[in-house]
Amino acid sequence: MAAEYALQMVNIEKYFGRVCALRNVNIAIGSNEIVGLIGDNGAGKSTMVKVLTGVHRPTSGDMYIAGRKVDPRRYSVKRAHEYGIETVYQDKSLGEKQVLWRNFFIGRQVTLPFGFINVKKEKEIAQEIMLNTIGFRGRGITVDSKVSKLSGGERQGVAIGRAMHFEAELIVLDEPTVALSLKEVRKVLDFVHQIKVGGKACIYISHTITDVYEVADRFIVMDRGEIVGDIRKEDTSLQELDQYLLSYSHGLRDRAE
Amino acid sequence: MTQIRSFIRAFSKIEGVAVAGVLALLYVVFIMTSPEVFTKPRIYTSFMQTISPQLIIGLALTFVITAGEIDLSFPAVVALGGFMFVWAYNHIDGAMGPWIGLALALLVGAGIGWINGIMVAHLGVPSIMATLAAQFFWYGVTILVADGKSIALTGIRDEPIYEVFVGRIQGILPDQRGVPVGLPAQAVWALAMTIFMWFILNRHKFGEAVMFIGDNPDVARVMGINVEATRVQLFVMMGVMAAFAGVILTLDINVFFPTQGEGYLLPVMAAVFIGGTSIAGGVGVIVGTFFGAYIIGSLEAGVVASGISGYWVQLVKGLVMGASIILNILLGEGRIAGYSEKLRQWGVPMGGSSGSSYGGGNGGDRASIPEAPPPDAA
Ligand SMILES: Nc1ncnc2c1ncn2[C@@H]1O[C@H](COP(=O)(O)OP(=O)(O)OP(=O)(O)O)[C@@H](O)[C@H]1O
Ligand SMILES: [Mg+2]
Repeated sequence: MAAEYALQMVNIEKYFGRVCALRNVNIAIGSNEIVGLIGDNGAGKSTMVKVLTGVHRPTSGDMYIAGRKVDPRRYSVKRAHEYGIETVYQDKSLGEKQVLWRNFFIGRQVTLPFGFINVKKEKEIAQEIMLNTIGFRGRGITVDSKVSKLSGGERQGVAIGRAMHFEAELIVLDEPTVALSLKEVRKVLDFVHQIKVGGKACIYISHTITDVYEVADRFIVMDRGEIVGDIRKEDTSLQELDQYLLSYSHGLRDRAE
Repeated sequence: MTQIRSFIRAFSKIEGVAVAGVLALLYVVFIMTSPEVFTKPRIYTSFMQTISPQLIIGLALTFVITAGEIDLSFPAVVALGGFMFVWAYNHIDGAMGPWIGLALALLVGAGIGWINGIMVAHLGVPSIMATLAAQFFWYGVTILVADGKSIALTGIRDEPIYEVFVGRIQGILPDQRGVPVGLPAQAVWALAMTIFMWFILNRHKFGEAVMFIGDNPDVARVMGINVEATRVQLFVMMGVMAAFAGVILTLDINVFFPTQGEGYLLPVMAAVFIGGTSIAGGVGVIVGTFFGAYIIGSLEAGVVASGISGYWVQLVKGLVMGASIILNILLGEGRIAGYSEKLRQWGVPMGGSSGSSYGGGNGGDRASIPEAPPPDAA
């Protein structure tokens, strides 16, 4: 990929009615950079993710994906997928009662004429992903299994495998490790390391600072809809970062209104 | 034994198999209790005649319930759709009259569905409230425009539209005491629509969107499904099919009356639930709705023909519906398959892999965490 940045946001604002969820957001994510996005509950992290993945339309501001300007009116989840942006949420990535193969392709089905789904093809590819990308081998899970039968870690594996299969340039993980055991968290972190090795970009959101610190090259700190900190990993230690964040959550660094 | 076990497993996975079993059992009971009625074709054609409009509505309602919504306004659409048809038939001269009537009915159904859809998808009104209000409103409109009166369709039997939708297809069913018994055309329409709707739900993008929305609208949204547009389309479809059922009913009985469709509300919902579609959303069973409609539609005549007092009909309906729903839940959660597991624990040899594991790996030995993935291929 030629572009220097996988994603740039310029002066992005997002209002829900009168509530301002994002204010004056300016960020640039390098094309092979892992960015940790941190901040208190309600800081606007998920909202930012939803803007960049096409779920929410920003109230104002510009976005560039791989250097190309995005037309906000025509931007959508489908467009984001086409641009190579994939998202993994803890609980909002998969349809629980649906079989795995449908979950791999929902929103971008392999179709026959008239919008009918090519089930055979989808199952084949899903099986391929499960064997080669996720590495589910002989554990009683097939492409016809329902998601509700999978453990949290397995679900995350599916969601991440899906993102990898669609050759994401930028993978966004929004709190992917909530309620996972330590072993399963390890898996997710390993996936993030692979994104780096694979030459792709990633935004990693988590409240577990040690995890973020391990995988990220840079930390962006949000507070009440604004970006308040942008720290490179070289310039800080885990303790320093932790102290810095604590000072925010204790209101010591309250913004001057 | 292995074969038996995997056969049971595979069999219980076939869509609607439990409900089909209930229906078959029901007919076996009817045939035993009143053979003179239930071994002749006529009772079955009479079922097909009365059940088809309900089945058609049930198919659409299956989609609506799968999407996690409900529609209580279809009885009014059946009535107003029937009225539009009769009105056009009586007011527009020429061969096109009834066809324009059909088009008008479907258009009105689509319009009512669209308004329901806008209320639910864009104004955020829970569908049970929006469509209950719609039921009162459009039923009221029907009474007003029809002046509360029923209207006869004189001469409709000579129109081609009659043959097309509710005519009798001869030469398929056996004779009854030398008298030929025709297959009701509406049953063929309903069957064709069942097959078509199965493909739409299970093999089309629209059906997949409906399932994911019913499962979790937030997931559907972040995966790129236009949740609002799909919901509106869903209610439009519901309206169109309810109006179509209204036209078929009106044609079949040769008369429009303002309260037609009133009696459909509970049986159609029961048919969908008996069929295995859950009110929780996310899963829809079209084949189940088909058999469910026949179960609920056969009970009344069957119970009465069996010589039991008509007072028992409602009780039996409740019993059959309850039993079907419990059966569906047991099958759906794989508890029946679980029993064969238990048999094995008790020493009944039922070995062999479930046949569901990957690439001949050590099936059944399921760890909770995926293996370390291979490095990114990119
Ligand atoms: N769809 C919505 N409608 C109205 N307000 C919203 C909506 N989504 C988010 N908000 C508001 O925007 C603000 C930011 O929420 P957001 O979910 O982005 O926070 P977050 O940083 O992801 O928090 P958490 O760490 O708890 O996930 C909150 O005040 C929230 O109430
Ligand atoms: Mg969040």
